[in-house]
Amino acid sequence: MSKVLMKGNEAIGEAAVQAGATRYFAYPITPQTEIAEYMSRRLPEVGGVFLQAESELGASNMIFGAASSGKRVFTSSSSPGIALMSEALSYITAAELPCVFINIMRNGPGLGGILPSQGDYFQATRGGGHGDYHLIVLAPSSVQEAVELMMLAFDLADKYRNPVMIVGDGLIGQMMEPVDFSVFKPSEPTDHSAWAATGAKDRKPNLVKTLYLDSNSAEVLNQKLDKKYKEINSKERLYETYNIDDDTEIVITAFGTTARVCKSAIDQLKEDGVKVGLFRPISLYPYPYPELEKIGASLKVKNILCIEMNLGQMLEDVRLSVHDSKPIHFYGRQGGIVPSPEEVVTEVKKLL
Amino acid sequence: MAKHTIFQKPESLTDNITHYCPGCPHGIIHRMVAEVLDEYNMRERAVGVAPVGCSVLAYNYFNCDFLEAAHGRAPAFATGLKRVSPELIVFTYQGDGDLASIGFNELFHSANRGEKFTTIFVNNAIYGMTGGQMAPTTLPNQKTTTCPFGRDVEVVGYPVRVCEVLSQIKTPGYIARVSTKDPAHIVEAKNAIRKAFKYQDEGKCFSLVEVLSSCPTNWGMTPRDAIEWVGTDMEPYYPLGVFKEPE
Repeated sequence: MSKVLMKGNEAIGEAAVQAGATRYFAYPITPQTEIAEYMSRRLPEVGGVFLQAESELGASNMIFGAASSGKRVFTSSSSPGIALMSEALSYITAAELPCVFINIMRNGPGLGGILPSQGDYFQATRGGGHGDYHLIVLAPSSVQEAVELMMLAFDLADKYRNPVMIVGDGLIGQMMEPVDFSVFKPSEPTDHSAWAATGAKDRKPNLVKTLYLDSNSAEVLNQKLDKKYKEINSKERLYETYNIDDDTEIVITAFGTTARVCKSAIDQLKEDGVKVGLFRPISLYPYPYPELEKIGASLKVKNILCIEMNLGQMLEDVRLSVHDSKPIHFYGRQGGIVPSPEEVVTEVKKLL
Repeated sequence: MAKHTIFQKPESLTDNITHYCPGCPHGIIHRMVAEVLDEYNMRERAVGVAPVGCSVLAYNYFNCDFLEAAHGRAPAFATGLKRVSPELIVFTYQGDGDLASIGFNELFHSANRGEKFTTIFVNNAIYGMTGGQMAPTTLPNQKTTTCPFGRDVEVVGYPVRVCEVLSQIKTPGYIARVSTKDPAHIVEAKNAIRKAFKYQDEGKCFSLVEVLSSCPTNWGMTPRDAIEWVGTDMEPYYPLGVFKEPE
């Protein structure tokens, strides 16, 4: 299959279709509304289901109902809308329903703005909803990667019966890049008929619930989820390094589009002989703690510089990874401002 | 002399003993819904959506697949499931807090979009499960734990008449209000519930049956007085009848 030039939002929608997730319930919000607009045209072509809900509250709870069927479903929103969806995410995780949520992040807090941000790292990984629940969270840094991670997301959601969230900053949703949909081969959807709400014919009724008034069975559920999270943490960590070797002295940690900016900065700094490399988590949950710990523990590493489009959120996971054993610095932009490679170069040079 | 079964527990109900209060109409309403599911052979393709409220445990009493919804979100759950699995008979079973307060938007838009599921709306003018607080459907001057001096319409407005509001929607639907105050009305109630499920089976429209019910425990009345109050006090404010038919 050849490459197509596509807007990130539309490519994300198409990736879902290619993975068999032809059921979409959502609400418009900038900067991801193109996903809904694309799906409204595309889903009738494949006999899918498209519904614009009355709100993100409605959309996310429609996802619960639709995911109860065992079929592949997804929704998308942006930061303030994801806040509204947080209730449903807790319920969906407790009910162990497979589905995918996309957050094209905009700057906050509050109504904020419509420009790119990474301000929802805490929301995605520490939970906007209540209780001990975790989403698998994947952060692409290009449209191509967004497409591949979308397809992977459905496989992971099916495998673990857990919601998966793709977090892209506004740039990922808005920019146009060449995309090849044939690189990732999604698996066939899993058969969920053992637990799904498909009608109690020739079997006992299936119940999709999250209420556990009895403390013992409530603890059993939590322990079951914990076992699942431990398995996810051990098997599904994804990350990338750029220019990291045994001589690296400065480790930049960044995710999403910011990481791409840092790569450009590293290319410039290399020419000046600066021994700087990038550690880019792709899975924000499970976070690649062991891999970053190992790199940070290298004797030659003198400084770690965490760069994000927020006030310092992944920063906490970086500190957890290396147990504060090395000086950790932070550089961030907010308000929808994307740092430039020149700014990154300046920050790195301050550490020399 | 040959024996005939003239009454039995519907197959769509389980043998579990319900937790409802003495004199609570939930038992009657559950049975009516279950009998209709049996009559139309719907049990094996039915999926109910339980609310948050006294009937949160409805899934223990119905013998079909069930989802348990977040408070007020049952119509959204039902929309999602019915849209992706239209061959299923999907119904929500909700109280007045779940449907008329926190869930009003989800309900209204499901009705407005004409989602093809059925809603059983149990209106007892109070919040039962949480111990008797004011509901949007609490009558003027009725005392509850959060309006201990009586509902003051100057301060919080008049009770919500869900059927009347939904009857203004242009999208076809079946909207009816019935009562459980005595056996004759219970028979009428079941007729309405039967019609509602039949319309869904025909893929025709959204259907909602509002069932005026008592809450002896939180009204502070005996079951007998409470069921009478449905007729004397609730029916004048909430008139019975069919508010919309899809034809």
